[in-house]
Amino acid sequence: MVAAVLPVGAQEKRSGYDDAGPQVRAMQDDDLANPAFLWVQQGAALWARREGAAGKSCADCHGAVEMMRGVAARYPAHDPARGRVVNLEQRVNQCRTERQGAALLPPEGDAMLGITALVGLQSRGLPVAVDVSGPASVHAARGEDFFRLRQGQLNLSCAQCHDQLAGQALAGSRIPQGHATGYPIYRLEWQGMGSLFRRLRACLVGVRAEPLGRDDALLGDLELYLAARAAGLAVETPGVRP
Amino acid sequence: MVRPLLNVPREVRAGVAFDVRILIQHPMETGLRRDAMGLVVPQDVINRFECAVDGQEVFSATLHPAISANPYLAFSAKLVRSGTMVLRWVDDHGVEASESVAITVV
Amino acid sequence: MFVPTRRRFVLTALAAAVLPVGALAKPSEVEALIRAVTGGVAPMPGRVVLDVPELVENGNAVAMTVSLGADVPEGAVLTDIHVFADGNPRPGVVHFRFGPLAGGAKVSTRIRLATSQTVHAVAVFADGSCWHDSVSLLVTLSACLDD
Repeated sequence: MVAAVLPVGAQEKRSGYDDAGPQVRAMQDDDLANPAFLWVQQGAALWARREGAAGKSCADCHGAVEMMRGVAARYPAHDPARGRVVNLEQRVNQCRTERQGAALLPPEGDAMLGITALVGLQSRGLPVAVDVSGPASVHAARGEDFFRLRQGQLNLSCAQCHDQLAGQALAGSRIPQGHATGYPIYRLEWQGMGSLFRRLRACLVGVRAEPLGRDDALLGDLELYLAARAAGLAVETPGVRP
Repeated sequence: MVRPLLNVPREVRAGVAFDVRILIQHPMETGLRRDAMGLVVPQDVINRFECAVDGQEVFSATLHPAISANPYLAFSAKLVRSGTMVLRWVDDHGVEASESVAITVV
Repeated sequence: MFVPTRRRFVLTALAAAVLPVGALAKPSEVEALIRAVTGGVAPMPGRVVLDVPELVENGNAVAMTVSLGADVPEGAVLTDIHVFADGNPRPGVVHFRFGPLAGGAKVSTRIRLATSQTVHAVAVFADGSCWHDSVSLLVTLSACLDD
């Protein structure tokens, strides 16, 4: 059974925002200077646009985007009908194909990043609160196993850096605890926006492990565990990170 | 080009400086990176930015690839009479874009 | 060689920068560029203030603000500010021009810095006088570089 666990070492829970330098924090704090809001703006346009065979926009079913307050805070979520964990990107594409009769939004494209940034923004400031009760607990446990698994040529687990070594310096930055509270983020290293999957994939490649696929069930499990681990921290979407 | 994020007051006091802030989505490709095949990605940056009100210059900039991706500019303007502020920019491919906003001097 | 008017080094870890295609600029190149905008004269230290952090966490997006200091006399009209980075592959960063409707000299943007270096700002006034400020800074490297 997985409860919302504190990282090993019982450190206080810290967002990556707290480990970033003052310039990065200043960028995130200013909505007029945070480049992620270029994507939020695109998301807002998409929210209102009628698309697909059904000729519906997101707004036609969901109303004003402000109605989505709280949604991102409880994603990813276990979907009993599909028997797997679904993240926000996957939920958006389900709506697109099944309800709008519209084409899938390409991964890491401006449209998907925009709509997930827009929806995530509606939960900004709310505590992350995913449901890991009942059948979801099995998935979160699998996610935790993956988090603690040593893998790749460097034979490192997520836990080694983000639980045990969090707060220590690695080259120019402090190792964060790895709470994914700001996604999609504007990452200075990417000079652009990206999803949590993009970041996780980069980490796995970084330890020279076989990266998970974007729609792998195990990725959903990992994202669910990460969200449970971050429970209580505020949603920061759209975040800025170095 | 994608629409920029522009922040400028629509009503200002005569002779009192006010802030203009703009954020433009653009990769500002330096021409120094290589792609996955090892080929140099050609330079493509916004190289020129101009802000004027009814044809009178407020502020302009010549930008080099050292300006970060998704360029952000904050500068100030001062008007004595109402007018239309036009912000224009162009990149190395000659793609031009602009935003206009009517500003009233109260 | 222009002596930077503010030079404070922060004693923390720094790493070598990953060099992009091509070599980096030399301080002498920046001298030549500065003389080109000042019409051959050496700019005087003062009047212009270059605000950029001395310890840069990520060189991809460094907040930079230029403004005028309190030592600018009444009636002085600013026309241009040029910014150069003497350690970048190409030292020219940006050239700001101030028109008749400019509200002030303060301009903010974000710049790229390839490595630890000195950034220079040169202000030109309508009377032809030229002024100079610079900041020497450290650029650190992220540990987790992406694919």
